[in-house]
Amino acid sequence: MEELLCILREIHPDVDFETCESLIDDQILDSIDIVTLVAEISDAFDVEVPPEALVPENFNSAKALWEMIQRLDEA
Amino acid sequence: MKKAIWTAAFWCALCGVALWLLNALFMPKYMSEIPEGALIAEYYQETTDHDVVMIGDCEVYENFSPDLLWREYGITSYIRGSAQQLVWQSYYLMEETLKHETPKVMVFNVLSMKYGEPQSEAYNRLNLDGMRLSPQKLAAIEASMTEEESFLSYLFPLLRYHTRWSELKGEDLTYLFHRDILSDSGYLMNVQVRPAENVPPGRPLADYSFAPVCWDYLDKMADLCDRHGVQLVLIKAPSLYPYWYDQWEEQIEEYAAERNLPYINFLELTEEIGIDFQTDTYDSGLHLNLYGAEKLSRWFGAWLTERCPVEDRRGQEPYESIWSEKSSAYAIRKERLEAEWRAENTA
Amino acid sequence: MSFASTRFLLFLAVLFLLYYTIPRRYQWKLLLAGSLFFYYFAGWWCLIYISVTTVTTYLTARKLDELAREQGAWFKEHRGELSKEERKVRKARDKSIRFRWMLSCLLVNFGILAVVKYTNFVIGNVNGALSLFGGGQLPTLSLVLPMGISFYTFQAMGYLIDVYWGKCSAERNFGKFALFVTFFPQLIQGPISRFGDLSRTLCEEHAWDCRQIAMGGERVLWGLAKKLIIADRLAIPLRTLVGDPEQYSGVYVLAVIFLYAVQLYADFTGGIDITIGVAQMLGIQVTENFQRPFFSKNVAEYWRRWHITMGTWFRDYLFYPMSVSKPVLKLHQRCRNRFGRFGKHISVHTCSLILWFVTGVWHGASWNFIVWGMLNGVVIIVSQELEPLYAKFHARFPQLDGSRGWDLVQILRTFWLMGAIRVLDVYRDVPLTFRQLASIVADFRPQVLWDGSFLELGIGSGDWLVAAAGTGAMLVCSLLGRRRPVRERLLDHSPHLAWAGCTALVLFTLIFGVYGIGFDATQFIYNQF
Repeated sequence: MEELLCILREIHPDVDFETCESLIDDQILDSIDIVTLVAEISDAFDVEVPPEALVPENFNSAKALWEMIQRLDEA
Repeated sequence: MKKAIWTAAFWCALCGVALWLLNALFMPKYMSEIPEGALIAEYYQETTDHDVVMIGDCEVYENFSPDLLWREYGITSYIRGSAQQLVWQSYYLMEETLKHETPKVMVFNVLSMKYGEPQSEAYNRLNLDGMRLSPQKLAAIEASMTEEESFLSYLFPLLRYHTRWSELKGEDLTYLFHRDILSDSGYLMNVQVRPAENVPPGRPLADYSFAPVCWDYLDKMADLCDRHGVQLVLIKAPSLYPYWYDQWEEQIEEYAAERNLPYINFLELTEEIGIDFQTDTYDSGLHLNLYGAEKLSRWFGAWLTERCPVEDRRGQEPYESIWSEKSSAYAIRKERLEAEWRAENTA
Repeated sequence: MSFASTRFLLFLAVLFLLYYTIPRRYQWKLLLAGSLFFYYFAGWWCLIYISVTTVTTYLTARKLDELAREQGAWFKEHRGELSKEERKVRKARDKSIRFRWMLSCLLVNFGILAVVKYTNFVIGNVNGALSLFGGGQLPTLSLVLPMGISFYTFQAMGYLIDVYWGKCSAERNFGKFALFVTFFPQLIQGPISRFGDLSRTLCEEHAWDCRQIAMGGERVLWGLAKKLIIADRLAIPLRTLVGDPEQYSGVYVLAVIFLYAVQLYADFTGGIDITIGVAQMLGIQVTENFQRPFFSKNVAEYWRRWHITMGTWFRDYLFYPMSVSKPVLKLHQRCRNRFGRFGKHISVHTCSLILWFVTGVWHGASWNFIVWGMLNGVVIIVSQELEPLYAKFHARFPQLDGSRGWDLVQILRTFWLMGAIRVLDVYRDVPLTFRQLASIVADFRPQVLWDGSFLELGIGSGDWLVAAAGTGAMLVCSLLGRRRPVRERLLDHSPHLAWAGCTALVLFTLIFGVYGIGFDATQFIYNQF
């Protein structure tokens, strides 16, 4: 989880990712941030993020992201 | 819910009234320009019937004077003419006229036989917009429309004339609900003189036969008059052009003989009538002026009296008082136009 | 049929009356019949194209669904017997089977689109190349673009990919699926709906709902007014300005930028208003396609607010899959390791450029659109890369951040920048467009703005006034409608106000609309796409 927050902070240093739950809905992360994020995540956690996982529900908060990573790793 | 329905009904009604007013406002009034556009509607202001009704294009409404027919023969007549009136438009006008009155004689000028299809939107408008809403009007629209036109725009002229919003004038307000009378029983008076010189001969045509649709409507006219016991008279006015071909003449003569209809080609009678194309035309032979029209009407009145069941109604009421009023309007108009023409010539 | 024709209004009136009088379970069938009739009007041969797309997509989606079910069932049964590695291999194999089915359907449908849309463009370019070498010429084909093919193809393919991804399950009822593809209000110019969004309300039974119908009706009127009063009126001087670029250079090009922005906005959003309004009158919810785009503060934001459904389609079905695909991720890794921070962006920017190239090509088969797309991509990338610079700038002038004046500057900057790129739509070719844009600086003659030259472009002063008033009205409505559409606010305030608004719209459109004899009813600009 800490590693994930690191990645997130690198993309947007000015956002409090631990509490924010509307990263997509409030347009804090745009599509370019999202793909950058996915690239970093798949690298760091060795998971394959399929395109169908790129939906707002998975990216609205750090917690949701973390859950997605775990789901993908399990499969 | 009930309240909502009332609100809706109120605003729909308001919208309807506004549209009706706008239709009246945007309709061209033809009071100061293109008086031809006002002719068709003027008929509805007539209060008595007529023994003779003439139907056709400019060759009737520029060439015959109903006032002279009244003054010299006591014949009551009216011209339902309009610019470039097409055969089917004439037919439906005839049908519509017969709903209002049953004259003794209907006169039709055959020049329009040469047009087998709708010609121009502008002329359609001049011919049709003036008609009152009736099955005849709808049929006439249907028969006349060019490809670019829409039926709906005849029912709601606003759809056609809305672009006039930038050129609306005081006239459009003044004549919102009424029109002045510009003609004398359908005759559009002109007193100017422009002699006919060098009338060009007609260029040969590839095909001289009239279109089948024209024959159909001519047939329908003859049948209609038959049914109503009206004498149909075919004429060709003495205008020098559009050129009237011998081949056309033959076809009409043949048809008239076949249907047993009188047919007068005034082009062949100009000398007998005394028309002088140096003095009796206002546009070098296209149309007669007042002096030519009166000569032509004098001859035609005599012919009608002799050959048709028309009556001398001078002294009969209500004709006497109505026509004397018409005559004085005619005389005043004549005087005014002559003064204007003199002023134009001396200036 | 054009939306702004009496024929369409008549069609709509008849359909509407039937829709609410027949038993509700037949409503969607009526819509399907109406849609096919509407499409038939554009030419019976168009029906062949749309049928091929409908049938292939329907069958492939069903097949994908069936495969997924079978594979899932097998998996459930044998889950315990497999190791994690084996599971992964098996899953990948299953997925590739489904992928091949989907791919073949995508190829067929995008193939059709490519052939009808791009054959002549390709032939033209090949001929250009051939003539350089003095070679022969290929004949161009006389292919007529079936109405709305770009839109319905994209909509159907979006659905197919969604089914492949398992985002939605395949529609079993062929008729209902056919309605999704052919739904007439959005056939001409979008929006490109998602199956998940549209199908919910499309085939439901709809009771008469006064409020929805009133809202929809008002929106249709507003759309018609925008199109007929503003867009079609401004199209006239634009034709003159664009038709003779040599004469109309300099300040005139600024005018083209501005007028085309307004004209396209009025035309396109007007058309979409009619689409959404008609659907709303039928109880169906269609996705919004615009969100006051000219108030955007940067180009990326502009593209989130202009033609939204197209943007999200390209994002979800092209940009995302491309960006998270293995080759791109590998590229990403390599670049990051070599170039550091900037390197991280290389792969993303490459994908962006490809995305914008495709977007340009989708808009039309011409170099103008390709250059237009690439320029959009470049502007977005440049502004992305300059972000640290902006941050420094704002740190220096903290009072600017969030101030209204600065917002306005950003809005105007975006408007003119997008406008300048957009004129590639209207000028004949790419070099000409750039010559024209350069002439703004080189040949600046501001006096034509007030010496009456603008009255000689095909419309008179009255028309300019009407267009200006209409544009002002659009602006005011946009501002007032920030949170809630003006028509909703009017209706809630007082029904009389709402009715007065409608009456005024009807009368103004009838009087000031550009239609009928003397004017060509210019088809909606997005028709051909």
